[in-house]
Amino acid sequence: MLLVEAWQFIVAHPGRFFDALATHVALSAAALGLAIAIALPVGVLLADTRRAALVAITAANIGRTLPSLAVLALVMPVLGTGFVPSLFALTLLALPPILINTVTALQQVDADMVDAARGMGMTRAQIMRKVELPVAMPVIFAGIRTAAVQVVSGAVLAAYIGGGGLGDFITSGIAMMALPQLLVGAIPATLLAIGADRLFGHLQKILTPAGMRPR
Amino acid sequence: MKWLRNNWDQVAIALGEHIVISFTSVAIAFAMSLAIGIWAARNERVFRWAIAVSGFLYTIPTLAFLALLIPIVGLGRVNAIICMVAFSLMIMIRNVATGIREVPVEVVDAARGMGMHPFEILTKIELPLALPVIVAGLRIATVTVISVAVVAAYINAGGLGTLIFNGISNDFAPKIWAGALTSCALAVAADLSLAKVEGWLRHRAA
Repeated sequence: MLLVEAWQFIVAHPGRFFDALATHVALSAAALGLAIAIALPVGVLLADTRRAALVAITAANIGRTLPSLAVLALVMPVLGTGFVPSLFALTLLALPPILINTVTALQQVDADMVDAARGMGMTRAQIMRKVELPVAMPVIFAGIRTAAVQVVSGAVLAAYIGGGGLGDFITSGIAMMALPQLLVGAIPATLLAIGADRLFGHLQKILTPAGMRPR
Repeated sequence: MKWLRNNWDQVAIALGEHIVISFTSVAIAFAMSLAIGIWAARNERVFRWAIAVSGFLYTIPTLAFLALLIPIVGLGRVNAIICMVAFSLMIMIRNVATGIREVPVEVVDAARGMGMHPFEILTKIELPLALPVIVAGLRIATVTVISVAVVAAYINAGGLGTLIFNGISNDFAPKIWAGALTSCALAVAADLSLAKVEGWLRHRAA
């Protein structure tokens, strides 16, 4: 019954629904893209020095304990409300898992493999590009997958600081106790999160070098 | 800081509520995960199903999950606790099952050879040896639940999130900071103390 009413709400307000959906996807995708663009190169640079790596991982782990809502709320007094502050907060949220996984994955690359590559006359950059990164890719992608799900979930909370997205239907649904409206926000948000998880799980499989796939 | 000094009682009450709802959820989820995890450790199909279902629950965005439960259980603490239990099952079931599976076959065989029956093997051999891994799962779940519980304030479950939501609606940053930093400190404290337990258990097992 509620589901039917939720469906009728979407049919009655297609513009509002698709706007919110588009904002949600744009916000999540942009935040994830930015986080990858920052965390991946930084992780590659830090992985070489043991001490810097340890500091970065510790900092990222503490950052992880900050609740998503707190990050969004704390950005507001500084940057105000809207899309850009939400984007900033969600990017911050996505950094730790990608950074941690990049650094640990690169550190765990078999030293013998790197030695063999060096022995074949590869330069430092070639070793990174042709040996270390491909071998570390599955673990790096596991981090990106975690970050993707976190960002899509976090984007639901962006509604509190005026970031738009599907969370808008949930907050107004709770405020007015309009149950169908809750589902209009909650069900698509859930499907998006699960879709992101599946998508990146699949990419993770594709990007695993053929020699490393479980047979 | 000034606000915190004058309103520490308000923060203490919120902290107390936060601890109660987080730990209730973790305790319920732990009991369920122990039962499901033990079963899953012995049966590959149960393991796959349990991970698939709990993994699905884990992926649902917190606020969406709370919203989906409103038509069924309404607002308040029960809703929040159901949501947090569902959220932490995956982490703990996985660790209980893998912890038990990693117990060397020879050890279990030896215990059987000594005439222990399956329940004794479980309580005297498998669970003690799997304990470090189980506690590691408990640790991740506790930290996650503490930060998820912040959102639960929105559906009147109380806790530190109340301060953050009040801060947002009054555009009053000190209140947001107080809520955020206190919940962060709680998560770090829980993480460190469980890490200590885990380290001690590993040391004892080795």
